[in-house]
Amino acid sequence: MPDNVILRISNVSKSFGAIRALRGVDFELRRGEIHALAGENGAGKSTLMNVIDGILKPNSGEIIWDGKPVRISSPTKAQKLGIGFVHQEIALCPDVSVAENIFMSTTNISRSFLMDYKGIEAKARDVFRQLSDIDPSVLVRDLSISNQQLVEIAKALTLDCKVLILDEPTAALTEKEAQVLFGIMRRLADSGIAIIYISHRMVEIFDNCDRVTVFRDGQYITTRDVAEIEPADVVNAMVGRVIENLYPEKQALAERSQEIILDVQGLTDNKRFSDVSFQLKKGEILGIAGLIGSGRSEIVKGICRLDGDVSGDVYLNGEPLDLKHYQDSIAAGMVYLSEDRKGDGIFLDMPISNNVSALKLDQVASPLGLINRELEDGQAERLGNKLNLKCGQLSDPVSSLSGGNQQKVAIAKMLSVNPNLIFLDEPTRGVDVGAKAEIHRILRDLARSGVGIVVISSELPELIGVSDRVLVVREGRIGGVVEGDMITEENIMHLASGLDAQELTG
Amino acid sequence: MEITASAPAEPTTSTLHKLLRMRETGLIAIILVMFVIMSFASPYFLTWVNMRAMVMAFAVEGIVVVGMTILLISGGIDLSVGSVTALSMVIAGWLFLQGIDPWVASAIAIAACTAIGAFMGFFVTRVGLHHFIVSLAIMVIARGACLLGTGGRPLGLYTLPPEFKFIGQGTIGPIPLVIIIFLVVVLVFDFMLRRTTVFRKVFYTGSNEKAAAYSGIRTKKVIFLTTTLCSALAGFAGIIYMARFGSAQPTFGLGMELNVIAAAVIGGASLTGGSGTIFGAILGVVLLSVVSSSLALLDVSVYWQDIIRGSILLAAVSVDHYLHKKRG
Repeated sequence: MPDNVILRISNVSKSFGAIRALRGVDFELRRGEIHALAGENGAGKSTLMNVIDGILKPNSGEIIWDGKPVRISSPTKAQKLGIGFVHQEIALCPDVSVAENIFMSTTNISRSFLMDYKGIEAKARDVFRQLSDIDPSVLVRDLSISNQQLVEIAKALTLDCKVLILDEPTAALTEKEAQVLFGIMRRLADSGIAIIYISHRMVEIFDNCDRVTVFRDGQYITTRDVAEIEPADVVNAMVGRVIENLYPEKQALAERSQEIILDVQGLTDNKRFSDVSFQLKKGEILGIAGLIGSGRSEIVKGICRLDGDVSGDVYLNGEPLDLKHYQDSIAAGMVYLSEDRKGDGIFLDMPISNNVSALKLDQVASPLGLINRELEDGQAERLGNKLNLKCGQLSDPVSSLSGGNQQKVAIAKMLSVNPNLIFLDEPTRGVDVGAKAEIHRILRDLARSGVGIVVISSELPELIGVSDRVLVVREGRIGGVVEGDMITEENIMHLASGLDAQELTG
Repeated sequence: MEITASAPAEPTTSTLHKLLRMRETGLIAIILVMFVIMSFASPYFLTWVNMRAMVMAFAVEGIVVVGMTILLISGGIDLSVGSVTALSMVIAGWLFLQGIDPWVASAIAIAACTAIGAFMGFFVTRVGLHHFIVSLAIMVIARGACLLGTGGRPLGLYTLPPEFKFIGQGTIGPIPLVIIIFLVVVLVFDFMLRRTTVFRKVFYTGSNEKAAAYSGIRTKKVIFLTTTLCSALAGFAGIIYMARFGSAQPTFGLGMELNVIAAAVIGGASLTGGSGTIFGAILGVVLLSVVSSSLALLDVSVYWQDIIRGSILLAAVSVDHYLHKKRG
């Protein structure tokens, strides 16, 4: 029924310099449906959403809104049409009330000089009647992340939208909160709103959506009714090949060693995690899973003293460690690769070689503390070659590299100290598929050569693909450990959301 | 970001190419052009006397610029340098008038200024206040202390021994000692900033404080030290001024902080930290001085000079911003 289509994208292309982010893609959205958009990082989902929201202008192609071709030149224009976009990152003003946040854009275009606080609070209460029982007069900073997410959704709803875009809204939610959100989504859809739902989680897509469209490498692959297909079909369409080949081979049974690299006993910071004990054996890759906010990053940062006040015993290769500062951890050969590459992983505007040397400058300097440029460049070149880094010159700033190569610089920085153990927090976030596979292979090679590898990831397929064992963290404690065939998305999610180990299935 | 362009390798990037892209090259070109124009416009411009006067005029301030540039690279800023320079003079001068040996008095004054820097560093790194606010407060407090200690009048130090005055007034051969001191400070810090691990940590800290902390660098210590160093150099500059003028002036250095920050920024130091060179900052000082000197020789009203200097700052920063944006 063509008149049921609210939004149609046809043959839209968008390039950034030499990179073709969208190559003549099509997309069709019907009134009242929940339409999942699936694809790997870099597949073009976000680019297309930004085109629909008027943030990006397409190079070519047509957008048809309600049967008429339109040009969406700005987010304001998109709002006027009735497009609401809830971004993955929460973008609220923490210091003002929920009501003021919700009506920020209405206030922006309002002609009246004075703020009508009572009015917007009453209206906000109205909006929340259908969502949840959040008090519109509290400050946003006092809300939990999931409630902040709901405020974002409420904000989009007040714009009287006909299309609602949700970009990975469940990433920060617990299972229960996610279920509430799905209920709300279904009600909105029943009232005629079309929802575009972006997610990596197959379960969510198959449980809650009507149709799914898959993108890969900037191209439209297929649109199917969810009822017609299996999750595996979607995954295969996303990656374009059979998924087993994406990850390097795991440790063979014969390779298993009983030698313990890292032994953590009763680690506690009394705030975000307590009584954490686990071991890392030589040659294995240990994955750490857990919902965002479960404390998985905090535990790892606590081990290497990057954060917080921790107590508990840590043994590295059998030796007890007494660390006061992250520097001591580096000296012991235990390093942490940050999840937020641009925020705290690398020095974007500094040369590649200077980035690689940052952990231990003494290695490239004379005893008097004079930096030897040849040593510094040599180090960067050696490690860059090892990691197959593609760059112009070592003196170029890291910002000139692609995400995958930036991440390789960050990994080279870790390797520069010949570490005994590397904690990698989201090692492939924002990295394209090719580089991702390469990084996974590097991790496996490192583990084989005896370096301890601990990987934290929100992306379950990645964790399942690379880990020999997966530790699941729930609310600051170890919720369980899965190994071998037991490493499945279902089992990990069960443990992460608090079900007993007995219910796990292989 | 989901889509990132992989930069194509530039095999043709020669040394010459790089040189052309450097901030310093552009500044030198502008300074040379001004020299050529001015040597035609005024017969006095290219004389030894004028050149010497020009360098003398910026040499001591140049020492303060060195400290400011390092502080800016670490991500800080210091508005109190003018007041601290004056306070150094006043402390040393007052102690001298109380009968204390001028060398000892100077050492105490420099130590006091260093302590002020450490005090600011404490507020920034431990209390967690912004450099701007802390140094603004110290700027006012130090100035107040100067006026309080002197009753607002300059302290005439007529009995300063000649060997002390030699610092500010003496020459070695044809070259004033002040200029030699200035050059030594510049060369030493330029070298250290480029080559030593200690100062490399200043760059890391300013470029991305969190990433620096995640590389095991004690960033608070770094910021504490650069803040302290900046005040110490301002105190040192105050002593040279005192030796040069033979007096301690409580109102000296009003507005100096703006000149100093402007020079560093024109020379490529970033207000958000992470970049800058001593060489560039000194070229910034030179450029501002050449402009001042030229305007004076051309009989342009002093009032115009501020307007022109401000415009140069704006132009330099805009060009830099544009170039950075283009490089992405």
